[in-house]
Formats: sequence, structure tokens, C-alpha cells
Amino acid sequence: MSNYKDLYQEVILDHNKKPRNYGQIEKATHQAAGHNPLCGDHLQIALELNQDLICAIGFSGESCAICKASASMMTVAVKNKTRADAEALIQEFLALAKGQLNAIDLIQIGRLAVFAGISQLPTRVKCAILPWHTLHAALNSGAETSTEAEHDPMRTTIGGA
Amino acid sequence: MSNITSQRSAPFVVAQIRQDFPILKLKVNDKPLIYLDNAASSQMPQQVIQRLVDYQTNEHANINRGVHYLSETATLRFEEARGKVQRFINAAETREIIFTSGCTESINLVMHGYGRKFIQAGDEIILTVLEHHSNIVPWQMLAEEKGAIIRVVPINDAGELLIDEYQKLFNPRTKFVAISHVSNSLGTVNPIREMIKFAHGHKVPVLVDGAQAVPHMSVDVQDLDCDFYAFSGHKLGGPTGIGILYGKASLLEAMQPFKGGGDMIAVVSFAKTTYNHIPHKFEAGTPPIAAAIGLGAAIDYLLQIGMVAIAEHEHQLLEYATAQITKLAGVTIIGRAKNKVAVISFVVADIHPHDVGTLLNLDGIAVRTGHHCTQPLMHRLGLSATSRASFAMYNTFAEVDALVAGIVAVQQVFAGSM
Repeated sequence: MSNYKDLYQEVILDHNKKPRNYGQIEKATHQAAGHNPLCGDHLQIALELNQDLICAIGFSGESCAICKASASMMTVAVKNKTRADAEALIQEFLALAKGQLNAIDLIQIGRLAVFAGISQLPTRVKCAILPWHTLHAALNSGAETSTEAEHDPMRTTIGGA
Repeated sequence: MSNITSQRSAPFVVAQIRQDFPILKLKVNDKPLIYLDNAASSQMPQQVIQRLVDYQTNEHANINRGVHYLSETATLRFEEARGKVQRFINAAETREIIFTSGCTESINLVMHGYGRKFIQAGDEIILTVLEHHSNIVPWQMLAEEKGAIIRVVPINDAGELLIDEYQKLFNPRTKFVAISHVSNSLGTVNPIREMIKFAHGHKVPVLVDGAQAVPHMSVDVQDLDCDFYAFSGHKLGGPTGIGILYGKASLLEAMQPFKGGGDMIAVVSFAKTTYNHIPHKFEAGTPPIAAAIGLGAAIDYLLQIGMVAIAEHEHQLLEYATAQITKLAGVTIIGRAKNKVAVISFVVADIHPHDVGTLLNLDGIAVRTGHHCTQPLMHRLGLSATSRASFAMYNTFAEVDALVAGIVAVQQVFAGSM
């Protein structure tokens, strides 16, 4: 179980203290709000799509370290990617966080592989995936998403209350 | 309360008590388990575990009406458990003790059985901002159905109810009061005896949610003069799936049944069904027989240790833990009521409670993090969540020290110095 301490060390020392792409962006074309009612985490993601290319992305909100670091690393990973690449990465990340895939099998995941350890913490999986649900909602112009939303096609059953 | 104090026997030795709880020998993340989530559910002593095994091994059958040996035995043991509960909370009669699935069902039973029969449009129900969702949502459902109104008693910043404000809420439309004996999030012990007396001055009945009180203090429902008192078995070392509703016989008799089915009837025909006497009127279907008998064994265990001795030990733990946690820079205790049970809610500056809980778990320390099913209280306190350490009779001063060291270690991880 020691590698989830490693996860904390890595994400907290880096992205939680110095989140990337934190704040508003100027010309948002798509946005969504994400909420985890179980712990009160909430964040907003705004992005600028230019001919299917994510040319700007920003996030804001209040959350635990895992959620914040996941959001920060996600924005770095999808910036200057196409919508299709971002959607593919969302699916890879969700599978990784739920322990359904090995990091080494994944092509695009890169540094996000550190989140493989989260699958050991079923109650915290939702914290890690909330930014990705929210990005999915933003890309599809959804106004709001929630880890508990019935209508959310990616609604997870892991770590339910 | 002589029924409880007179049974106090051997001196309180925590090391000896810990021997009775096999789960406390568990290692979590290669560290000895430090279980500080007792307000959510407490652990079960071997005496209760063994009682469940004995029941299933030698005594099990369905209860009531069976004419064979095992059915008579199981019925007898089930009713003996009811008697143990009656004596434990000093109810006047055994028929005032209803077995439910837990405290939540007990409250829902009163909402359906009393509320839906007697609460009308425009009537007012008084709750407090400290309540667990289980003592809020049923009354909101009733208010929505009937067009009744919920009024809420506020608290001060220490987490104590404002009794003046409570008294001001009463008016001729006030028809029911539902209050917790002890706050599950903050540990505040509410002055329910005085609150009940005041409500009765206005001829208003009072339900007390005693889930967090019964494991930690002597409760005497006749002395309190409460109309209903609800609690769960699994917070007192008993099994899950069993709870108690105490109600004054006259009120229970006036109420409508909650669930229909077997055992709760006197005569059934398609033209008309007449209901059984209390408590059976409220116990439709096969009850959790083993769990009820297990609860009886848990009560035996508590009385053998002694509620006064338990309360004394837990109070010492509370004072020690409060003093130690108060010394930590960047850590704030939420809930500073003068009269508390051993529950400490706290927040660590700039660290989300879920991160605190996850990292404490690395040291084998089990605390609860989140809103503790008290979202209105969290809103009042301006918080989305806290970490909560809640103690039981088997916790030690060394475990308090480990918790304090664990919190410091969490801060060090976040400071990047580990």
C-alpha cells in the first residue's frame, strides 16, 4: 500500500501547490461545472476550442489535493490536443483510475500514470476522476456534471456512498 | 438510574477491555489498528459475537406462534432481549420497546405512524441545526406531504443549541419536536430534559434521536420524560440491522401502523383487518431475531463494565485529546460545547479532510471525513467537511498520542518535508 503515499508525494509536492492552468481563460467557448456531493468538491472547467483543437483551458474551484492535482495534470495533458484525443485520454484515465488497465498498456497517459495508485483507494477514485467527467461535459457543452448524476454516461459505481 | 449504576462491578481496566474485542488485534497498513470511528459504528466484543454463534447454533427458528421447541426458544430469547432494552433505558413497560432495523427506521416509524396521522397543513415541527439527515429528511417528507412547516433551532459558534431561540419558536401551531440527544458531528450533549419539559408545557410531544448518546451515558427515558427515543444497536457493540424505538404506550397505541404484514395483525379478512397490540403492531414480518438477541448481549456487556465507568474513561480521553490537538498549529477543533461526549471534529489548515483521512489510514488510524450526514450543520459552520475522531471505551491515551502524531505527519507530507 506504500505507492499511494508515493502518489501523494508526487502530486501534492507538485500540482497541488502549483496548479497549472488554474484560473479563468479569456475566450471560453465551452465550459462545465463538476460537483462531488459526497465531499463537497466542486470545480469549473472552461476551454477554448478552435476547429476542434483545445487551444486554451483553465480550471477553478475548491477540492481535495487528489482532485486538484488531477485537474492540473489533466489541463496540461489536453492542452493543444484535439477534441478526439482528449476524449480518448478521458477514457484511458477513467480506466486507469478504476484499476481496469495497467499504465504500461496506455499510450497517451504519460505522467498521469501516477494515478494508477488511486485504484487502491476506492473512496477516492471519484476525487481523481471528477475533473475528467467535467472536461467531458465541457467538450459536449454540458452545463453541469456530478459524480452522482444518473444521466452521466460515465457515472462510476466505484466508491459509492 | 439505579438499574444501571448498581450493576457496576470490576474496576475499569482498558487493557482488559481491549482483550474482549478481537478486531482490535488487526493490523492496517502494517500498523496496529487505531479505531476512532466509533460514532459511525463501534466494534463488537467477543461476548456478543459468541452470543450470535450460540443463537444460530442452538436456538434459531422463526418466532411467535410456532408450537415447536425451537420456535418457543427463539421467541423467549427475543422477548428477553426486549426486556433487557427496557431495563437499560428504564422504560416503564416492555411493550413500549419496538424493534426496528435501526435508528433511521425508528424515526421514520414515528413520522409515518404519528406524523402522517396527526400533523396537519400549517402545523410546525421543530428540529435543530445539529440534526443528522435521518432526523431531518423524514420530517421534510412529512412537511411536503402535509403542507407543514419545519422550524430550526440555531446554535452558537461552540456548537451549543440556543435555548432562548428554541423557546421562541413555540406557538399554537407547534405540533412536534425532534431533537438529537448528542450531536454526531460535534459531540454536543443537548439539554434535552429541559427542552422536553418546555415542549410539554405547550403540550407538544418530543422525539429524541439518541443514537450518539446511548453508547456513552446512562439514559433514563422516564426521567427525561421523552415521548419517543430512538437508537441503533451497532453503535453499542451490537449487530447492524437492529434498532430501538421507545415510545410512551399511550402514543404508540394512538398511532397508525408503519408497515403492514404478518405479526402486526390481530385478524385479517378482505373486508377488514384489525391490528395487533403494541409492540407487535409495529413489527411486521420476521424481525432480525439474531440481531435483537445480539443487542441484548451487547447491553449485558455494557452494564457489566458500567455506564458510569465508560463515561468517566471516555471523558478523560476527550479532555486529553482536546488538550493535545489544541496544541497543534494549523489545527482547529470544530465544536467546543461545554458538555460533550468523546467526539472531536477538526480541520487542518489548507488540507482537505479527505486527504487527512487517507493519510491517517496509512498509519492504521481510522477516522471519518466528510459532512457526517449533517450538511445543514456544515453550512452553518461554513465548512464542506471535517475530520472526526470519535472514541469508545476501548480507546487509550496512547492512541490519542498516535492520532496527534498522525496529524503532524499529514501536515509534513503537505509541507513537502517528508
